Amino acid sequence: MRFINRRPTRAWRVLLGVLPFLLLAGIYLAASKTRLEINPNDKLLPAPATMATSMQRMAFEPNRRSGDYLLLTDTIGSLRRLGTGVAVATVLGLVVGLASGGLPTVAAGLAPLLTVLSLVPTLALLPILFIVFGLGELSKVALIVIGTAPFIAREIQQRTREIPIEQIVKAQTLGANTLQTLCRVLLPQILPRLIDAVRLSLGAAWLFLIAAEAIASTDGLGYRVFLVRRYLAMDVILPYVAWITVLAYLFDSGLRALNRRLFPWANPA
Amino acid sequence: MNAPDTAMIAIDNLWMAFGERQVLERLQTTVAEREFVTLVGASGCGKSTFLKLLLGTERPTRGAIRLDGRPIPAEPGPDRGIVFQAYSVFPHLSVLQNVAAAREFRLGGPSGHLFGRARREVLDAATELLQRVGLGDALQRYPHELSGGMRQRLAIAQAVLDQPRILLLDEPFGALDPGIRADMHALMLDLWRERALTVFMVTHDLTEAFSLGTRLWVFDRVRHDPHQPDAYGATITYDLPIDASRRSSGAQATSGDPVARHPARPPSTTTGVTS
Repeated sequence: MRFINRRPTRAWRVLLGVLPFLLLAGIYLAASKTRLEINPNDKLLPAPATMATSMQRMAFEPNRRSGDYLLLTDTIGSLRRLGTGVAVATVLGLVVGLASGGLPTVAAGLAPLLTVLSLVPTLALLPILFIVFGLGELSKVALIVIGTAPFIAREIQQRTREIPIEQIVKAQTLGANTLQTLCRVLLPQILPRLIDAVRLSLGAAWLFLIAAEAIASTDGLGYRVFLVRRYLAMDVILPYVAWITVLAYLFDSGLRALNRRLFPWANPA
Repeated sequence: MNAPDTAMIAIDNLWMAFGERQVLERLQTTVAEREFVTLVGASGCGKSTFLKLLLGTERPTRGAIRLDGRPIPAEPGPDRGIVFQAYSVFPHLSVLQNVAAAREFRLGGPSGHLFGRARREVLDAATELLQRVGLGDALQRYPHELSGGMRQRLAIAQAVLDQPRILLLDEPFGALDPGIRADMHALMLDLWRERALTVFMVTHDLTEAFSLGTRLWVFDRVRHDPHQPDAYGATITYDLPIDASRRSSGAQATSGDPVARHPARPPSTTTGVTS
């Protein structure tokens, strides 16, 4: 059988999927072992046991100076910023996207602005945000909002325009006015797309969060990673990066499950 | 032809062009209440455009369509229902909700939702109509779970629930199997009689056009410019009344019906030449 027609069985698929992870872990372990044999104080590729000890200290022992459980406070701090930023961006993106996707007059006023805004390199705005909003929470949340809202708005605008015109005409022949058409025909059909748009923008949101925390913060996952960099503390950085990845994965799959559950009609089997 | 005072719809020297492309020209006729007009003709000869003019999503470049003596509104409204070939029903609503929405838009508040007793009454009316069209067992299903025929039944139920005066059908059965089509025809005729509708139906199926309609319009171009195929638009070249009693053997009505107007020069009798 030609390779292009070959489909792995379920067992093979799982095996093939796990293989790269095992391979990477194996390479890391081997490299770490070799380096530590040459120099037991090597910090670059810490042994799993060292990382476990460090994370045990970060997660389950109160910090000697502040009394906080650092992993917990860092996670809460970061998630609060990320959550606030993404929530605000989602609402903004939905309202702007739906209005400009569904109402040609609003689109004429907003579409060019949106196009320009989504081209502004967001990170270059960070200094401006720090100057305008200070170094507190607001500037970090604002960065996430500015970075993701235009993307969500454009995505929603596009998806709204893809809804067949027949549906909008049909609603009107059933007596719907503009607001009713937006609320009962366009909005519900766009919600699954909104969740997809948020999923896609989460990667960027994390990027902006960590960038903002790295520059000015007193807690947060990004702050910690950049703080301990000064001591070359790879035993903390690597598990932190893994933890951030796990969180990102959980949000992504959580949103996907939510989408399937809430909108069965949008995901026909 | 119907006398002007009994006419519900009067089409007065209607011309329609999209830029340089002339689609319709010199349409001149009247339609009485409760007629069932079937529109046939080659692809791209303006049948669907004519439907859109009735619907209000397109404006004529010249002339006018009058409904009860007033120009037809320039946007879709509840007096003119429509069933498209596809995308007619709302994919995010169940069968029952799809039909109920028709009334909720009119009675509900800014968001088009009803609550409590008013909502129950609407759902009851919708259920009754859905049972009538044969969808009583599918109330909670979503459109993607329905067959093509069931989906069109749903679209028709949705369109007639709140009693439009005019029902526009844009090739509603074009994508259905022949067997299912016959069932749909029976349903359509029943609803047309029961609900006192005035129907305009675009179709490619001549048998369908003859068996359903009380009147058949053939759209065609009568003037041709070989160097500029888009210079002239189509018009109604044949306007055939169909005798209801002979509807079962409809195909013969073309040749044998004595009342059928068969103009030798098509536009001269049925459509007024005005230019």
